Amino acid sequence: MKNTFSIGGIHPHDNKISRDCAITPLATPPTVYISVAQHIGAPAQPLVKPGDKVKVGQPVAEPGGFVSAFIHSSVSGTVKSVGPRADLAGKMSTTIEITVEGDEWMEGIDTTDTLVTDIPEDNKATLEKIRLGGVVGLGGATFPTHVKLSPPPGSKCEMLIINGCECEPYLTSDFRTLLEKGEQVVIGAAIIKQVLGGVPCTIAIEENKPEAIDHINEVIAKLRKISPKYDGISVMTMKMRYPQGGEKQLIDAVMHRQVASGGLPISVGAVVQNVATALAVYDAVQKNKPIIDNSVTVTGGCFPKQANLLVRVGTPLSYIIDSLGGMPSDAVKVISGGPMMGKAISNLDAATLKGTSSLLFLTAEETMRKPESNCIRCGKCADACPMGLEPFLLNKLSRINDVEALEDNAAQDCIECGCCLYSCPANIPLLDIIRMGKAEVMKAIKSRQIKK
Amino acid sequence: MSNLTVSPSPHIHSKDSTRSLMTDVVIALVPAVICSVVFLGLRELLVLAVSVASCLLLEWAVTRFMMKKPSTIGDMSAVVTGILLALNVPYTLPLWIVAIGAAVAIGVAKMTFGGLGQNVFNPAIAGRVFLLVSYPSQMTHWEAPQGLFGADAITGPTPLGAIKEGLLQGSSVKDIMTEHGYNYGQMLFANIGGSAGEICAIALLAGFVYLLVRRVIKPWITLSIFATVALTSLIFWGINPDRFTDPCFNLLTGGLILGACFMATDYVTSPMSTKGGIIFGVGIGFLTVMIRYFGSYPEGVSFAILIMNSVVPLLNRWFKQKKFGRA
Ligand code: SF4
Ligand code: SF4
Repeated sequence: MKNTFSIGGIHPHDNKISRDCAITPLATPPTVYISVAQHIGAPAQPLVKPGDKVKVGQPVAEPGGFVSAFIHSSVSGTVKSVGPRADLAGKMSTTIEITVEGDEWMEGIDTTDTLVTDIPEDNKATLEKIRLGGVVGLGGATFPTHVKLSPPPGSKCEMLIINGCECEPYLTSDFRTLLEKGEQVVIGAAIIKQVLGGVPCTIAIEENKPEAIDHINEVIAKLRKISPKYDGISVMTMKMRYPQGGEKQLIDAVMHRQVASGGLPISVGAVVQNVATALAVYDAVQKNKPIIDNSVTVTGGCFPKQANLLVRVGTPLSYIIDSLGGMPSDAVKVISGGPMMGKAISNLDAATLKGTSSLLFLTAEETMRKPESNCIRCGKCADACPMGLEPFLLNKLSRINDVEALEDNAAQDCIECGCCLYSCPANIPLLDIIRMGKAEVMKAIKSRQIKK
Repeated sequence: MSNLTVSPSPHIHSKDSTRSLMTDVVIALVPAVICSVVFLGLRELLVLAVSVASCLLLEWAVTRFMMKKPSTIGDMSAVVTGILLALNVPYTLPLWIVAIGAAVAIGVAKMTFGGLGQNVFNPAIAGRVFLLVSYPSQMTHWEAPQGLFGADAITGPTPLGAIKEGLLQGSSVKDIMTEHGYNYGQMLFANIGGSAGEICAIALLAGFVYLLVRRVIKPWITLSIFATVALTSLIFWGINPDRFTDPCFNLLTGGLILGACFMATDYVTSPMSTKGGIIFGVGIGFLTVMIRYFGSYPEGVSFAILIMNSVVPLLNRWFKQKKFGRA
């Protein structure tokens, strides 16, 4: 029996068209736009003002609170402006505009390819390096990593899971990273493992990436010969199923433990980090290199030139698209992220963030919603829901805004994976509606907590 | 500004639509339709045509003139109802009665509730039961059919009817069976009189397997009906084989297979969860056998399904699937 989560899930076509495209660095754009709100939590506070000279890797904004992160310049040049600018989501956020001049890096950053395999013993120092490197979860949530790696007192971590599922269709940047930077990822995993007290580490990879599974197994075997620090790291082959990469689903799949509603992974002894995050940890700890670039899959059936690019943070999307030959004429949607949970973008002047993993182009035929008809009570939405919810019911309750019943039926547990909407033969926009209901429930829960 | 579409996720959709699912049900019914026409002759084809046409016409008219909405006949559900109704009546039924059955199925059981998805009872079964109650003599009248190729294996009356009659006259089940020359091989491939849908068990089961393979339905409801019918009749038959028919007989006659595979599994009128579905199937199986053994109608599948349809809302409330991370 292959490993997978226990409830619901769907099997969309994986469409990994760009799987054979090696990660190639994209030329630095003439201007970058670095937002100070690239992570969950408080926005960072700018450290620079117009006219300042900056180097690659220089901090340009510092954490604006406990749950927040450093932001670094991804280029060398002159700060042109610091002010509000529309980001990927269309929200205005404080953005540092830098005119690129040359490519001068901060001192102390090791830019060589030499592999550093020694795992530092001083956990405090390691955590500080992760913090100073501006490392955040690159699997989608962009939660500051040093916070996640400092479990609250009383909780005990029993396993580190490195998420290499990449279960969203189309995306291949994690897959390429595993293939091309496998050593770095495993070393990064070993560093995190060490910080967490030497717990066992499972690298979860879906079965549609056999090359990556083989490669990582070889890498682990090789590194084990160097140091016992690499013992206890293993690869687990996962069945292909969406949303396997969802944190709760992955923990269920690997450890057969279900995080209770409203609970955190650490409550069942798990810490989950994504492949790209493990690489960022390696860079920050072993090479003193903060997050200044990340790999971005550029893909879509209608996109002539598939690619996996290493892109400097803050690169305008239009620059990426132009470098690959421009917008395909039949694309009607550009998505940042995967087709299941990604965000549609209309503003191509917006710039990439640390967590931008892909640009996906879809045609009308691929993406247009069909007209909604009556619910035929087929139960397909409920079968697909990985949280065991009843989307058809939540849909009804959301439409009449029955917050109490929504809470009783666990609308707040919805992880917005989209499986229900994907599956509904009547084309009912289930998740669109459920989101509204869920928001109402969250509001009610919050106001209750405040009263207490 | 660009003219890119911005809408919430997800951005892709499965290929399933109501129409594709219903079309799959129609495809699954094709073997049974062919069998019934081959064994019963062209008159059966006429019944099928009238039934499907009346269902479509009625749904079109109701949506168009009464609900003033775009017509929904494109979703193919009316075709499914039409075929199922036709397979559930004698091939000799006067065509105007067939049309009345269709009118009740679509007009009363489906559209007055608000159309597909809103109805409580399976339309085809509601239509059939209405006919059974209103036109009992025509509905239980069986004639030896000619068949398309003049096949001669088929003689009336229905096995269940014959058993009921015989038992009333004091014969034992075994005597009646030998008297009518019933054997199970024959029942499996080409039945011995009965409504069209009882004609060929194998054709119906093939359709059922197709629906499973295409993941249109899940097997639990059907299997729990089969298991319950087998088990319940095994107990009674074990106690008194002279008075009660055996499990095989009960599984192969009286439209049980048609009902269990195609009507009890109707999305709209069956429970959502697997647990609920199993209870639903057990209920149908048990009620069917009870009605057959002790009721005044010789067969009970339709009544059993109708009764269980009415408790589906309760089953949906009581038997929910387990939620993630909740006790
Ligand atoms: S979006 Fe929410 S309700 Fe829909 S399948 Fe995912 S978790 Fe369930
Ligand atoms: S998938 Fe759509 S049609 Fe089926 S039960 Fe859910 S909401 Fe209704």
